[in-house]
Amino acid sequence: MSPYEDLIIEHWRNPRNKGTLPDPDVDVTEANVPCGDVLRLQLKVRDGAVEDVRFDGRGCAISMASASLFTEMIKGKKLEELRVMREEELLEALGGVIKPRLKCALLPYRTLQKALASLGPRARKGESETARS
Amino acid sequence: MRNVRSDFPILGREINGRPLIYLDSAATSQKPRQVVEAVARFYREANANVHRGLYVLSVEATELYEGARKKVAAFIGASPEEVIFTRGTTESLNALAYSLGEARVGPGDEILVTAMEHHANLVPWQLLARRKGARLLAVGITPEGELDLGDLEDKLSDRTRVVAVTHVSNVLGTVNPIPEISRMTHEAGAVVVVDAAQSVPHMRVDVQELGCDFLAFSGHKMLGPTGVGVLWGRRELLEGIPPFLTGGEMIREVWIDRATWNDIPYKFEAGTPPIAQAVGLGAAVDYLVELGMEEVRRHEEELVGKALEGLLSRDYVEIYGPKDPARRGGVVAFNLRGIHPHDVATLLDQEGIAIRAGHHCAQPLHRLLGVPASCRVSVYVYNTVDEIEAFLDALDRVWESLGR
Repeated sequence: MSPYEDLIIEHWRNPRNKGTLPDPDVDVTEANVPCGDVLRLQLKVRDGAVEDVRFDGRGCAISMASASLFTEMIKGKKLEELRVMREEELLEALGGVIKPRLKCALLPYRTLQKALASLGPRARKGESETARS
Repeated sequence: MRNVRSDFPILGREINGRPLIYLDSAATSQKPRQVVEAVARFYREANANVHRGLYVLSVEATELYEGARKKVAAFIGASPEEVIFTRGTTESLNALAYSLGEARVGPGDEILVTAMEHHANLVPWQLLARRKGARLLAVGITPEGELDLGDLEDKLSDRTRVVAVTHVSNVLGTVNPIPEISRMTHEAGAVVVVDAAQSVPHMRVDVQELGCDFLAFSGHKMLGPTGVGVLWGRRELLEGIPPFLTGGEMIREVWIDRATWNDIPYKFEAGTPPIAQAVGLGAAVDYLVELGMEEVRRHEEELVGKALEGLLSRDYVEIYGPKDPARRGGVVAFNLRGIHPHDVATLLDQEGIAIRAGHHCAQPLHRLLGVPASCRVSVYVYNTVDEIEAFLDALDRVWESLGR
């Protein structure tokens, strides 16, 4: 397993969904303090699903490529699906990550957990109503 | 210097299908078979607790342990009773900050550190300052990454009790002028504590020439085992400060409500010491003495010179610290433009090249440099010019894949 699959280098060079949204419903920032990686994640939520997403930040190639890939994975997904998403799904999509770099690869996942936790009760309510309909 | 590589079995390893190129000796050095064998022989043939035994094995173990102390003492130009075995530099500095602080630091007093200290020579003094109501001040560094002696002069005062300074920066590589710092500090009436973790393994160090009062270093960075280090101090100072750890061995007479202390160095060696590790350190000292520390230094200057030259010729590289190898120890820290050091280290590891990436336990210094982290290569007796060239070539491949 090479730590830098072509996929990672490709996302590092051409990040998807990078930038900011004009009117996000969620705007959270998470960091790997010891290495200085910082990731900002913004979501636009509509009908209990991620309508649009942007990330911004700085850090190592693995964290930034992972963030880019992750935005593609979560865009269009229902919040309830995201709440049960396992971190292994991201790691598999990245083609496997060596142990010392798991924290880098999972920064976007942890940022999403923070985003989901920050969604207020209204959003949660909307989400469950959507789930019933 | 003679080729020593065959003495280091680990250098025969392959990593990710490539021969290991180990460039992280500032973190810990590899061990020659002479050291590994000395430790194994101790356990096979002479293992017993030291000092109290009345039987042959304990006498032999004690002789080996005290023999190691004599070797270490001679290596740094000190008397054996001034050499205290600890667990390593970190423990030496923490113990000293406590003991020295109890005896010599009070409210309103000042402790000077520098902006280039390893956390182990910073945080113990922070805690001491807080405990005693003293002030902690940091001496600045010049843009070239050298200690600002003018700033030291300005900050020294009659309130100064301790100046804690590294001999060789574990990031910048800077060799600090300890004799001059000692003179300045003594004029102000304070004591000098030197973190020698990155100097004693790599250059001839003589505590009398340095003129300092305390010196700390680790065995594992100088070909010896982990778990043993040294705190050296001037006899009269060691006699005047209280012990850090108490219990067995360090005691003379004990009553229920009080106790008196053993002579130095035993006063500072409570409990069973790292006996086999000290014996291994003694073997490491023998090995280095046989190589000759002047030769070790010359060899490293050549390697560091090659590394600096190669790094300076690459415009995507930023180097920290002095550019002249003669003013440096065996470490070179750098960054590749726009690439996180962790990526550099992981990609080099794919080629069997082990370097360190991070803040190297010197966060305040990295804050000054304006980067969260850096890459660091560090060399020792077993590294070769070919390895430095292989490292530089591999760096170009890292830049090709991630540079933008």
